[in-house]
Amino acid sequence: MSETLETTYRDALRDAIREAMRADDRVFLMGEDVGDYGGCFAVSLGLLEEFGPERVRDTPLSESAFVGADIGAAIGGMRPIVEIMTVNFSLLALDQIMNNAASLLHMSGGQFNVPLVIRMTTGAGRQLAAQHSHSLEGWYAHIPGLRVVTPATLEDARGMLATALRDPDPVLMFEHGSLYPMKGTLATDAGAVDIDHAAVRRPGTDVSLITYGGSLGKALAAAALLDQDGVSADVIDLRTLRPLDDTAIVESVRRTHHAVIVDEGWRSGGISAEISARIMEEALYDLDAPVERVCTAEVPLPYAKHLEEAALPQPPGIAAAALRTLG
Amino acid sequence: MTTKPAAHKRRATREEHRLGLLRTMTTIRRFEEACVELYSATRIRGFLHLYVGEEAVATGVLAALGPDDAVVSTYREHGHALARGVPMDAVMAEMFGKQTGCSRGRGGSMHLFDKSVGLIGGNAIVGGGIPLAVGLALADRMQDRGRVTACFFGDGAAAEGEFHESLNLASLWRLPVLFCCENNLYAMGTAIAKEHARTNLAARASSYGIESAAVDGMDVLAVEEAAREAVRGIRAGGGPRFLELDTYRFRAHSMYDSDRYRNKAEISTWKERDPIDALVTALRAEGHLTEESLAHLESDIGEQIARAVAAAEAAPLEPVEDLTRFVCSEEVEA
Ligand SMILES: Cc1ncc(C[n+]2csc(CCOP(=O)(O)OP(=O)(O)O)c2C)c(N)n1
Ligand SMILES: [Mg+2]
Repeated sequence: MSETLETTYRDALRDAIREAMRADDRVFLMGEDVGDYGGCFAVSLGLLEEFGPERVRDTPLSESAFVGADIGAAIGGMRPIVEIMTVNFSLLALDQIMNNAASLLHMSGGQFNVPLVIRMTTGAGRQLAAQHSHSLEGWYAHIPGLRVVTPATLEDARGMLATALRDPDPVLMFEHGSLYPMKGTLATDAGAVDIDHAAVRRPGTDVSLITYGGSLGKALAAAALLDQDGVSADVIDLRTLRPLDDTAIVESVRRTHHAVIVDEGWRSGGISAEISARIMEEALYDLDAPVERVCTAEVPLPYAKHLEEAALPQPPGIAAAALRTLG
Repeated sequence: MTTKPAAHKRRATREEHRLGLLRTMTTIRRFEEACVELYSATRIRGFLHLYVGEEAVATGVLAALGPDDAVVSTYREHGHALARGVPMDAVMAEMFGKQTGCSRGRGGSMHLFDKSVGLIGGNAIVGGGIPLAVGLALADRMQDRGRVTACFFGDGAAAEGEFHESLNLASLWRLPVLFCCENNLYAMGTAIAKEHARTNLAARASSYGIESAAVDGMDVLAVEEAAREAVRGIRAGGGPRFLELDTYRFRAHSMYDSDRYRNKAEISTWKERDPIDALVTALRAEGHLTEESLAHLESDIGEQIARAVAAAEAAPLEPVEDLTRFVCSEEVEA
């Protein structure tokens, strides 16, 4: 049996970055406050001391320029890891991500691929209001040319980066802000994980709870509530939002015949709509009831705690949606 | 009219004015100190960016504005809100996320708004408010309003594309904007020398054809004078002005900051230039401030804060049924 260590999501991410930088001189970390400050969420704490300012590179507040520069560096033979403090700030670099990173390979007829990893924090739950709390990974999942991954467990925080760095194309990694302090045990030899497949985090027979990222814990909590009602929930962690693992989704729905999608993004035009559409396309006749969605209320997130809590998916609401599908 | 009484009267007014500046700065300081306690007691949540050490900037600049002018600020805006005249009760209630807050509990510390005094946020996207100020000024120009828009942002914001694009636009169109760059030498943990190839930010504004000046932001009188001069120039139709206000935050970037990127000596050197202490010393030297009057000022402010906290504690929460209010306007123009 392999040895294990006590760790956190934050430390697992840091270990993954450290390992990648030790293994490959082309890998470097760039972003606001990744160096002297130790990272906005302390993910890169200590890396400056180990690798120096060339490879742990603090940037000015210039999201568009430094993301664009990392795209250039990736084309130029480096393997940059970019940290953007939160998804809301990534919008200042959206032009570069969409019009360059995602498009260059195709526009150039296959000549220029962009092997770049962009990590950013996403999500709400910390009373940070409407400019720091959104879940826009679903938007990014709209864009051909990108891969979008959403580590929700320690294994994935530890293992997705290495695989993303091997990808010849841009990978966006969304770290839910509430997960950084999450504690648990990991194998000391934990390493690269596959980023092509969804995972069943809790097998069940009656209803599929399909989710990812920061909502996984809530879906599992809802599954525990449902258990008390004698309902067995199958909890699917999508892990990768683009490309979606349709097979895993459909297999789960075929097992349970009932589906609830849980997404911290908004419902209108969101990734939950896409997942629901794929279920319609591929498994409509396996359903015994319409698909339910539990998403964030259609509101830029409010500061006040009671309003923020009411806006976000919560375990009782997820369980209630599951019971509705069961009639 | 003899000159003597007039001179006497003028001196009295000036003295009152300075005492008013002291009151404003002290109010901001004590308000934020109370917020720290409330934060530790988990009565206030979210991010809390303190202005401690920088009070002379908001106080001096806003003393130079008129009641009809506009203000655009950042997430470090408690000082701007209070100096601009947002009622303290409304600011405190906002910190508590209450219905009586100046943003009805939707905004919190980083998003204080008050239309009645022309405070257009409270913007927590670094640089995000700068183009807004340009547009507000454009609207004023197009509607022949004599308003000036003061726009506050940090040294870090001066690296954003929006900063450069906005300065260019404002200069190109000669718009009535007062750009106020609060240069506290750090953007979070990144020192100015690591943010900017050239650290002279006033010179950078000049390169866009904007008249600019660097001012001691620890001296409220110097700030006010520079701001008055700039506002005069703007009102005279001279286009935008730019002030680099050199200052320092005495505390961490926010409540979540271990402050490992600054050394203690640097912090204590700047603390010796505390803008409040400096004004107190000056007023005392001129014989305008006694122990008693200072103690009175402090207890007055202390009571005001205690009342604001009590009112915020007692205030109602916004009903959950109203969660999705204010996403779209409730009234459509007829
Ligand atoms: C576009 C954007 N990028 C990053 C951040 C995170 N952030 C918040 S404040 C800050 C530092 C800003 O420094 P400065 O403009 O000097 O203002 P100060 O905080 O010193 O007043 C950073 C990096 C943000 N809010 N918005
Ligand atoms: Mg600064």
